[in-house]
Amino acid sequence: MGSDEMGTGEMRGFLRSDGRKGIRNVVVVAYLVECAHHVARRIVTLSDDMDVHLIGFPGCYPNTYAFDIMTKLCTHPNVGGVLLLSLGCESFNREALRQAVAASGRPVETLVIQQAGGTRATIEAGRDAVTRLKAIADQTPVVPMARHELVVGTICGGSDGTSGISANPAVGRCFDWLVEAGATCIFEETGELVGCERIMSDRAVTPELGAEIEACVQKAERYYTIMGFGSFAPGNAEGGLTTQEEKSMGAYSKSGSSPISGLIKPGDIPPSGGLYLMDVVPDGEPRFGFPNISDNAEIVELIASGSHVILFTTGRGSVVGSAISPVIKVCANPETYARLSDDMDVNAGRILEGKATLDEVGAEILTRVEAAASGERTVSEALGHQEFILTYKSFEPVGPACLPTRGRAA
Amino acid sequence: MSTPISPLILLHPDDTVLVVRAAIRAGDALDIDGNPVIAAQDVTVGHKLARRSLAAGDKVLKYGAPIGSMTADVAMGGHVHMHNMKSDYIASHTRQVVGGGEGGH
Repeated sequence: MGSDEMGTGEMRGFLRSDGRKGIRNVVVVAYLVECAHHVARRIVTLSDDMDVHLIGFPGCYPNTYAFDIMTKLCTHPNVGGVLLLSLGCESFNREALRQAVAASGRPVETLVIQQAGGTRATIEAGRDAVTRLKAIADQTPVVPMARHELVVGTICGGSDGTSGISANPAVGRCFDWLVEAGATCIFEETGELVGCERIMSDRAVTPELGAEIEACVQKAERYYTIMGFGSFAPGNAEGGLTTQEEKSMGAYSKSGSSPISGLIKPGDIPPSGGLYLMDVVPDGEPRFGFPNISDNAEIVELIASGSHVILFTTGRGSVVGSAISPVIKVCANPETYARLSDDMDVNAGRILEGKATLDEVGAEILTRVEAAASGERTVSEALGHQEFILTYKSFEPVGPACLPTRGRAA
Repeated sequence: MSTPISPLILLHPDDTVLVVRAAIRAGDALDIDGNPVIAAQDVTVGHKLARRSLAAGDKVLKYGAPIGSMTADVAMGGHVHMHNMKSDYIASHTRQVVGGGEGGH
């Protein structure tokens, strides 16, 4: 499969004022504290529209990370309009978020429950607001989109012994073709990459970036050890895995074999095409608990960094999707696929059954990405999955060595 | 997919091991890159067989990456696991995490 094969040529994007293109045109209803969650959810439910999504941050105390991620999500290329739902007394800076969305050229409205007359009145006002926002979002120009304009993230969840020999390397093949075509691909889960930091650093485009990658995996190992999950036992012989580096390579194989162009943190937008590692582990001493409490917290971070679509590999069978960006589920285990086929987009278990090669499944995944980018609903999307989680974290900005291509970007 | 389906997967062209996709029985006839090989023992799914003869000290490549080194020789088609290979990572890493050069095992 060559990178010049442009598939159907039917990919299309919603053109935003910053030049980025979205593959969806979602109106997000964003609650800014848990106290506004119910009202926001009712507005979304009553809208009964696949492209009206609920997102939000539950905390009442301020958090720079949460504000940044909410800002990146509300100005994501897949988002065409924003309704902010505030109780009124929470610390979230709703005016700064509103201004950031407005500055991005998107329609935005704010409802403050304490000022709008309470639950019933705010739900009513919210429904009208969504109608107005959708009408404006519908005017967004739709333009052709090329493979190099795609941003694709990957995670694994519910992994088992099959993940590392079917779904993960098949996603890696897809990533290789996307990167070759100039697209941007993002992988993460540094806590599961212990043992292959040297292998990763050898693939970095500069030695300085390689050193940053090694340091970030060491940070992840320390953090998870403090959380009580430092159980990176050497020689996990189960299922034929002989060494720590072999076990981690199973997760790492999702990234394919392209050079690593940069190291980003959640919400950083990669400055050019290429393969990026996302460092999801907070900086400093552990403060707010686990780095990501479940798969959807990772998905939200990949989306905040611009991912149009998420490739989710699963062995035991996750069923989740996500708000804002469609999730494509690649099932590693043929037995799981037989049980949960209605929840899966791609059956990578065929590799284990001898019915398909890694290249064939990799090509099928690429086809699903391009279908999603031409407007086709993914399986989880069609089932109405729109999971979303955002919690407290703290990060320092990445250093200059992490993004060698910055400045070279167009 | 016209040839009989191999019970072995090659994950990367540079690899020196193949991954067992379907359980292998001792005596099974295997085809490794066109070479006929008779399986010496039973090997279960997920385990590794040598893609060519490997000598003690050779790097083991899987996913195109070094995942350890051989500690003993193995013939083409032989089982590669704890008995004949070791990690190249753990030894140096243990010292690093413990924070000193001594007693880090």
